Amino acid sequence: MRYMLLVCGQEEPEDAAADHDADEPCWAPWARELQGRGVLLVEGSQLQPVSTATTVRNDGDQVLVSDGPFAETKEQILGYDVIECADLDEAIYAAARHPATLKGGVVEVRPILASV
Amino acid sequence: MTDIEAAVAAAFRQEWGHVVATLIRMTGNWDLAEECAQDAFATALARWPADGVPDRPGAWLTTTARNRALDRLRRSRTEAVKLQEVAALSAPAEPRADDSGVRDDRLRLIFTCCHPALTLEARVALTLRTLAGLTTAEIARAFLVSEATMAKRLTRAKHKIRDAGIPYRVPPAHLLPERTSGVLAVLYLLFNEGYSASAGEQVRRGDLTAEAIRLARLLAALMPDEPEAVGLLALMLLHDARGAARLDDDGELVTLEDQDRSRWNAAEIAEGLGLLDGALRRGPAGPYRLQAAIAACHARAATPADTDWARIAVLYGELRRLVPSAVVELNRAVAIAMASGPAAGLALVDDLAARGVLPAYYLLPATRADLLRRLDRRDEAAASYREALSLVPTEPERRFLQRRLAEVGG
Repeated sequence: MRYMLLVCGQEEPEDAAADHDADEPCWAPWARELQGRGVLLVEGSQLQPVSTATTVRNDGDQVLVSDGPFAETKEQILGYDVIECADLDEAIYAAARHPATLKGGVVEVRPILASV
Repeated sequence: MTDIEAAVAAAFRQEWGHVVATLIRMTGNWDLAEECAQDAFATALARWPADGVPDRPGAWLTTTARNRALDRLRRSRTEAVKLQEVAALSAPAEPRADDSGVRDDRLRLIFTCCHPALTLEARVALTLRTLAGLTTAEIARAFLVSEATMAKRLTRAKHKIRDAGIPYRVPPAHLLPERTSGVLAVLYLLFNEGYSASAGEQVRRGDLTAEAIRLARLLAALMPDEPEAVGLLALMLLHDARGAARLDDDGELVTLEDQDRSRWNAAEIAEGLGLLDGALRRGPAGPYRLQAAIAACHARAATPADTDWARIAVLYGELRRLVPSAVVELNRAVAIAMASGPAAGLALVDDLAARGVLPAYYLLPATRADLLRRLDRRDEAAASYREALSLVPTEPERRFLQRRLAEVGG
């Protein structure tokens, strides 16, 4: 099955997020660990901050465009990953070991409809 | 009830979970599995009077349900899906061994029903429906919700299992301890809901306690290497043994101290003590064995004065280390009050109250009131009884507190 892991949390101030000195990105060990269990990381990325978000609605007559995310909440979607694995237990494992979860973030696990 | 009806009813209690669990494995479809199991029992009612009760009713029912599923799939599905599912159903009925070497389909069913990705209410309802065979109406009555609400809850849970990919299996070794304690928690909650209802007119609902004991017995049999499962069964039996003595003829609550111990169920106590002795020899006790050991201290005491309260206080101390919980601390305070006098217990209760860790829990002010009553501090006792009365959930408990309040002149 395919699952999307929606990484949620509070955005870090920009300089705190900018520790890119390491030899490899922070998700690389995670992807390797998943691979070792037969879980495939299909794709994924961090997202640009919420300040760059644009929300679009279409009421039939006109397109309504507004600045900001669709919901103003303390926690925001910070990134996503799509994984392919056997079942929810494997997806829960992947979420529990996600770099964001290890840093205190929250991951919402959602099955992707087409994969059922 | 005729002999045949009785035989079908007995087979239902014995085999329902098995038939449903097997059909879920074969079809992957929970609704179909339940419907075909129901059909199989209806067919038994129609055929057994003429044909006689088969030698192995369980095998007969499973085969009948499987054939019914085959018929329905042949009739209703598109060719491709049909061929795939019919092929799966026509395969030999023996399940493959899991990683953990467990083969009984009912164990898979328990673990799937109690999966942590389902709400606790859904886990309880699903366990009662699919494993114990209670009807949706019966479960709705037991939990004081409408049948429509309960039906919706069950449907939603089954859809989540299917759509979110909750596996139908006994968890692999690295997940087993955590998931097993989740299953034990669901069964214990079920028992407690029956033993001490969280709402309503009745304080005790025997149907739920009986189902919980039946399921705990099944789990203990299916997981012979899990002493905590045996501990849970022992705990339930030792509590249930006191059930009849816990209410008097008018339905009023009787405290442990005032219970007529000749009305305790001696057979349940003997079985519970025997199970516990065996389980305690198998490594350090977990929370269920500890709680059963506490219940055993009461069960062994011929009179209230014979109760080994010092030992109970020690056991609650151990339990508190495993399960840090204010309720456990409150119970420890009661044991210490009994072992060393009400003043020692009151100090601990007051400490709990000051920390505000049990808001709106009526047993905190009720316990405090009782200790103050024993210390003959009547005005303070009355105030605490009044506080407890404002929080008490069931009618018999309310009446008990009102009697005590009257005794201290409140």
